[in-house]
Order: sequence, then C-alpha cells, then structure tokens
Amino acid sequence: MKASLRRIWGMIYRHVAIYRGSWPRTVEIAYWPTLNMLIWGFTASYFMHVQPGAGAVAGALLAGVLLWEITLRGQLGVTFTFLEEIWSRNLGHIFVSPLRPAEMVASLLAVSLIRTLIGLFPATIIAYLLYHYNILLLGPVLFLFFVNLMFMGWWIALAIVALLFRYGAGAEALAWTIAFGITPLACVFYPVTALPVWLQPVALALPSAHIFAGMRAALFQNAADWPDLAQAVALNIVWMLAAITVFRGEFRRARVRGALISIGE
Amino acid sequence: MDAIIVEHLVKRYAHTLAVDDISFALPRGGILGLLGGNGAGKTTTISMLLGLLVPTSGSITVLGHDMACDRFAALERMNFSSPYIALPGRLTVAENLRVYGHLYNVPKLEARIGALTEQFNLGKFLHRPAGQLSSGQKTRVALAKALINKPALLLLDEPTASLDPDTGDYVRTVLEDYRREANAAILLASHNMAEVERLCDTVLMMKAGKIVDRGPPEELIARYGREDLEQVFLDIARNPEIAA
Repeated sequence: MKASLRRIWGMIYRHVAIYRGSWPRTVEIAYWPTLNMLIWGFTASYFMHVQPGAGAVAGALLAGVLLWEITLRGQLGVTFTFLEEIWSRNLGHIFVSPLRPAEMVASLLAVSLIRTLIGLFPATIIAYLLYHYNILLLGPVLFLFFVNLMFMGWWIALAIVALLFRYGAGAEALAWTIAFGITPLACVFYPVTALPVWLQPVALALPSAHIFAGMRAALFQNAADWPDLAQAVALNIVWMLAAITVFRGEFRRARVRGALISIGE
Repeated sequence: MDAIIVEHLVKRYAHTLAVDDISFALPRGGILGLLGGNGAGKTTTISMLLGLLVPTSGSITVLGHDMACDRFAALERMNFSSPYIALPGRLTVAENLRVYGHLYNVPKLEARIGALTEQFNLGKFLHRPAGQLSSGQKTRVALAKALINKPALLLLDEPTASLDPDTGDYVRTVLEDYRREANAAILLASHNMAEVERLCDTVLMMKAGKIVDRGPPEELIARYGREDLEQVFLDIARNPEIAA
C-alpha cells in the first residue's frame, strides 16, 4: 500500500514540478474559466440592467458557467496530463516501471483535481468581486454538485484516454472537443424540456441534466432536488464502470497490438 | 538462477511474424547481446521482456516471475534505458530522478540521487531541464535513471548510440563495473559490434524474427572464420539462406 501511494505521488510530483517551473502553464489552467466567467458575467449584468427582475436567471447563468467548468476542467485535467506523457515521449519509461494502470489513473485524477481547483479559483473570486455572486451560498449541496460533475469529467476523460490507446496521438483532438461537444446536451442553462423530444432521452442519460436540474431547484426554490441528485449519482456510477471497462480493454489490446510502443508517433 | 528464461516465444501481428519461436536464457551476472539488422525482431523481443507487448505464444520468466501474470513483481527489480525513449524534457535532472525514484520505491532516495550524481558526474546540470542537455549528458542521466533502483536486470537498447567515443567508453566501463559489483544481468541490443565484443558473454544473432546463431563473440568469430563480429554480422545479414 505504501509503495503504491508512493508511485502515485511520484506521478503527481512529476506534473506538479512542470507547473512549478512554468508560470505560463499555470496561468493557462485558469485562463478559460476566467475568460468564460468574464463573458457570461457581463452578459448576466446586462440582462439585469435591461430586466431588473432577472436576478435569479442571472444567478443561474453564473452558477451554470462555474459548475460546468468543473466537468470541462476535470476532463481536460486527465486527458491533458496523459497527453503530456505522449508529447514528452515518456510513456515507454512509465509503462515499463512498476506503476500499475490503476495507479496511473489515480495519479491522473489527482492532478485533474488539483488543476480544476486552481483553474476555478480566480473565476469564483471574479464572480464574487465583479458580479456580487457567491457560489458558496448554494450551501452543502454544492459539494454534491462538485463531486458529481467532477466524476462526469473523469469518466469522459477515461474514455478519451482509451481512444488514445486505440488510435494513438491521432485521436488527440478528441481530448479538446468531446466534453465541449456534450455541452448542448448537458442542460446547463435550460431544462431538459427545452430540447427537442427526440433528444431528451440522450440528455437524461447524462448526469449533468440531473445535476443542473438540482442546481436550478436550489437557486429558484431554495430546495435540494434529491431524486434528480440520486439519478445523477446512479448514472455517474454506470458511466464510470463503463469507462473503466473500455479503458481496461483498450489498454490490454494496446499491449497485444504493440501500440504502447508507438502511441506518440 | 537465470535472470531471464524465454521459451518458444512467438509474436505475430496481422500480416507479420515479428518473432518466430525463440528460446534463450540469461544467467545472473551475465551480459547477453541481441544483434540483428533492422526488423530482425530485437525491439519486439525487448518489448515483450518488459511487458509492453503481449506475446502470441511462449513464455517469459524474469527474475523468477512469469511475465504473463506477475510482471509488476519483476518490473520492480529491473530497469530499462533507450535513447529513443526520452525523459520529460521540462523537468530538471534531479526532478526526473526523483520521479523515477518514487516509481521504483527507492529507499533513502535523496542519498541514492546523490550517489548517482557523483557516479555519473551530473552535478553541473542536476538542476537544468533534461531537454536542454547534450546527447552525452542525456545518456548519462538515462543511465542514472536506469540504475536508480539498483536493478538485478538491466535492459539496454543502443546504450551508446550517438555518443562520442570517449563518452561511449565511459558508459561501457560503468556497465562493466555495475555488472561486477551488483552481479546484475544485462541484456543489450546494439549495432556497435566492438561494444558487443567487449561487453557480452554471449550473443544472439537474430534475423527475420529467428535466432539464427548464438554463442560467445570469439566463438562466433572463429566459427565464421572472420576477424571480428562486424564481419560475422554482415555474413549473416547478407546470406539469403540463413533464416530464409
């Protein structure tokens, strides 16, 4: 157990050392969440200016921006960290070390968590200082939103890493596009009923639709939507198990095909 | 006890037979050279020994562990170096050694890094990014990484490729010393025949995925009636009847 934790720490240290030695990389982590918050924050301010009673809608907009960034940053945190190993041509050394695949995944998730917290901190402060919006006022339910949205980012990321095992660095673009592509179905800013009927089952199969329904319940009715949150948890478990199965299968196939040797080429 | 036992190893891709029923053993404290032209099956064989690649059939036992079901126990006691696989270039040399020290669960890591720094004369660039080093410096760092866990088995792919003669000689001396002091086994894939003659107890000549000849370098040279191993290598590579 101690050796296992040390191997995980070794991989976390490897990535923390990169950020410690490069301020542009650290700034990059917070760049998009901050930019998003500025754009949507000014948009929300404008809404409130032309429609003074739109405070709750503006709050939902800002909360949605901040919370959806958890999934986006969580996913990018895993896939970007894995891609870093491909770009530095270091995977060969890692896969012939005693690091188990599960330990590698644990380190990817830990780095992703660190990156997400660092990335969202400035946006949260800007929301408070510029737009007088305090996300912490959502209360303890915010923690449940955070955990569920992070999990969603992680299972998307594990599926993308599995695709990288299968298709190599040629699948790199997926790391940047998949989670953003899901955004219209995540129902961040509108309820599922706003979607065409035929798209609604797809949205409902994603935890995000239920989490953001819970967010709107917390904001508009000041109540926790436990049934929706329970569905989000259940869906996250199912999707995570599916992603782990795909990851394990693709890793095993990559070892059979020899793809671990040539993944960066 | 043998460090490596390979029995009837086969690796078949969709349309290619990369390794064709090879068997060999490497005793503790021995140095085995794996020779062959491009596409002979050396890299595929090393990849299977490292657990990067799953064999189609056959078995590999490393340091008493079956690589099919217990590879991590073996990987903890072996290490690998190749100029074709880089260490993270943005990390400093010290950070790189620290990362791999943690991965190999090295006790008293800072003391071990200090010893390797002295042994490989890394002090002047210990805190420089690995990507900014010269080829010779990178090779020294890669070897320091390969020895960080004091491996009982060392796999080396072209350990002196692109090195000047002085640095190449230095690396060979380090490997000879390490084998003697740690009774370590070393498997070496190289195109440098003089290096193989100097270091290896036994040589496996590979061609088209098969081991076409084997033996101590001087014995192979005598058998082919040649002056050095390079001529033996050329004889085998250019003779279409061998491994046809």
